[in-house]
Amino acid sequence: MSDWIEACAADDIDEEDVIRFDHAGRTFALYRSPEDEFFATDGLCTHEQIHLSQGLVMGDIIECPKHNGRFNYKTGAARGAPVCVNLRTYPVKVDAGKVFVQLG
Amino acid sequence: MSAGMVIIGAGECGTRAAFALREMGYDGTVTLVGAEAHLPYERPPLSKDAMVASETPSIKAISDAARLSEHRIDLLGASSATSIDRANRSIRLSDGSDLDYDKLLVATGATPRMLTLPGLGARCVYLRTFDDALAIRGYLRAGAHIAIIGGGFIGLELAASARKLGADVTVIEAQPRILMRGVPAEIAAVVHEAHAAEGVDFICGNGIAAVNDDGTSVRIALASGRAVAADLAIIGIGAIPVTALAETAGLTLNNGIAVDAQLRTSDPNIFAAGDCCSFPLAVYGGRRVRLEAWRSAQEHGALAARNMLGADEVHAGVPWFWSDQYGLSLQIAGLPDEGEHTIRRDLDDGAFILFHLKHDGRLVAASGIGPGNAVARDIRLAEMLIARSAHPDIDALAAPSVKLKSLLAA
Ligand SMILES: Cc1cc2nc3c(=O)[nH]c(=O)nc-3n(C[C@H](O)[C@H](O)[C@H](O)COP(=O)(O)OP(=O)(O)OC[C@H]3O[C@@H](n4cnc5c(N)ncnc54)[C@H](O)[C@@H]3O)c2cc1C
Ligand code: FES
Repeated sequence: MSDWIEACAADDIDEEDVIRFDHAGRTFALYRSPEDEFFATDGLCTHEQIHLSQGLVMGDIIECPKHNGRFNYKTGAARGAPVCVNLRTYPVKVDAGKVFVQLG
Repeated sequence: MSAGMVIIGAGECGTRAAFALREMGYDGTVTLVGAEAHLPYERPPLSKDAMVASETPSIKAISDAARLSEHRIDLLGASSATSIDRANRSIRLSDGSDLDYDKLLVATGATPRMLTLPGLGARCVYLRTFDDALAIRGYLRAGAHIAIIGGGFIGLELAASARKLGADVTVIEAQPRILMRGVPAEIAAVVHEAHAAEGVDFICGNGIAAVNDDGTSVRIALASGRAVAADLAIIGIGAIPVTALAETAGLTLNNGIAVDAQLRTSDPNIFAAGDCCSFPLAVYGGRRVRLEAWRSAQEHGALAARNMLGADEVHAGVPWFWSDQYGLSLQIAGLPDEGEHTIRRDLDDGAFILFHLKHDGRLVAASGIGPGNAVARDIRLAEMLIARSAHPDIDALAAPSVKLKSLLAA
């Protein structure tokens, strides 16, 4: 089991929004859902290598800023052209107002 | 036994339609007829990444062969449809065989508009296909001189790619400025400055009097008397819809194959979609448009597929387009020429958005430019506001501190 990494404060992410989180040479995207839950995925779109953190979160969808490819950020599932490869997701927990991710 | 669904044109639109038929649960035969010898591929990289890639570029496939066969899509590559027999619901292929259909989708795309001047030759080229891109790429290197005829998107993206590879570039545009069609002057000016800073030479407002291509170089004489010598002239003066097949079959044309809001042609068993068709845009009260845009081609493909299966769904989308040049990205949602006045929103790093509104305050388009994806989120939110015929608060539009998302909730 890999370690929990402290990523940011819960308040750093607005509700229904996303931020970028870089760690150990890798890049991730952290999300806060409209239901106030937290999620983490790989940071780059699977179509071209574009940071999803500049995209738009709507419900449980993250839409890529480059060509509007869509993923369900809770499951990583690709949800619409031009993306067809899923995103990897990572476990997240919130403890004392801090967001922790388990980056396997 | 049913004849199945046939799609002519294995481009962005046709390929997307084939997958959408399966996503809708259609179980019959799906045949995708494509004139090109490659797997279906994306065109946008052809003027961008594929041009500057260090290794010989390969196609960026929309789908690999495994995914096509998994979805039971029969791709007939390097095969053209040569005629449509509407009475018998079949098409003739270039090998002489016939293929029957229940419903037919024509997604034949567009082809570059030809420059009709004497004197053009082997050093005067166009860009639409991967093969065109490979041929052009061979000429883009340090020390080469490239003339680009036409200051539209494809020409300008190629200009940026050619500069990245060290070639000298001259852009010749007959209109007084670049990107005259569909792009607001304020945004075109940013693009112009970026190219000028990279050393591109512009000649605007100057028509071409004569071209002389001797097979090893091209000499372009301009109306003003000036002449440009180049190793290669790339002509990017727009695209025309591919309609010959539809025309011979007697389908109604109107700036492309004319379809209704459900993308149906004048024959109820034949649909047309993507760059080859003109359709009524509901968001502008049914204004008939023909788009040349990648995401629209995908959306059209999916919609046509649903309607081929009887969904009776009308087109409700908003046009959307992007272009990348150097580190800049431009995005446009809606058609800016629908606007009667403009509100500007300034973002970080010089990025900005123009909101195009009607006099009554209805948002009809938004255009933005900036480094990377700086304008993407706001353009996408603007697109949603446009789709809703929203009349957003103009002070909020102008204030970057106000999140556009909050206007959607209003
Ligand atoms: C270089 C380049 C860069 C671009 N960049 C952008 C961009 O940055 N952003 C953007 O939004 N859009 C861009 N576009 C536009 C976008 O690629 C098109 O809008 C999109 O490809 C249209 O899809 P389509 O399927 O309608 O047509 P196409 O992609 O043209 O596909 C049509 C296919 O049908 C085939 N065909 C035609 N006739 C027949 C026949 N009789 N039988 C069999 N097959 C036939 C053709 O060979 C072709 O393969 C770009 C286009 C080009 C060329
Ligand atoms: S890079 Fe994300 S959709 Fe293309």
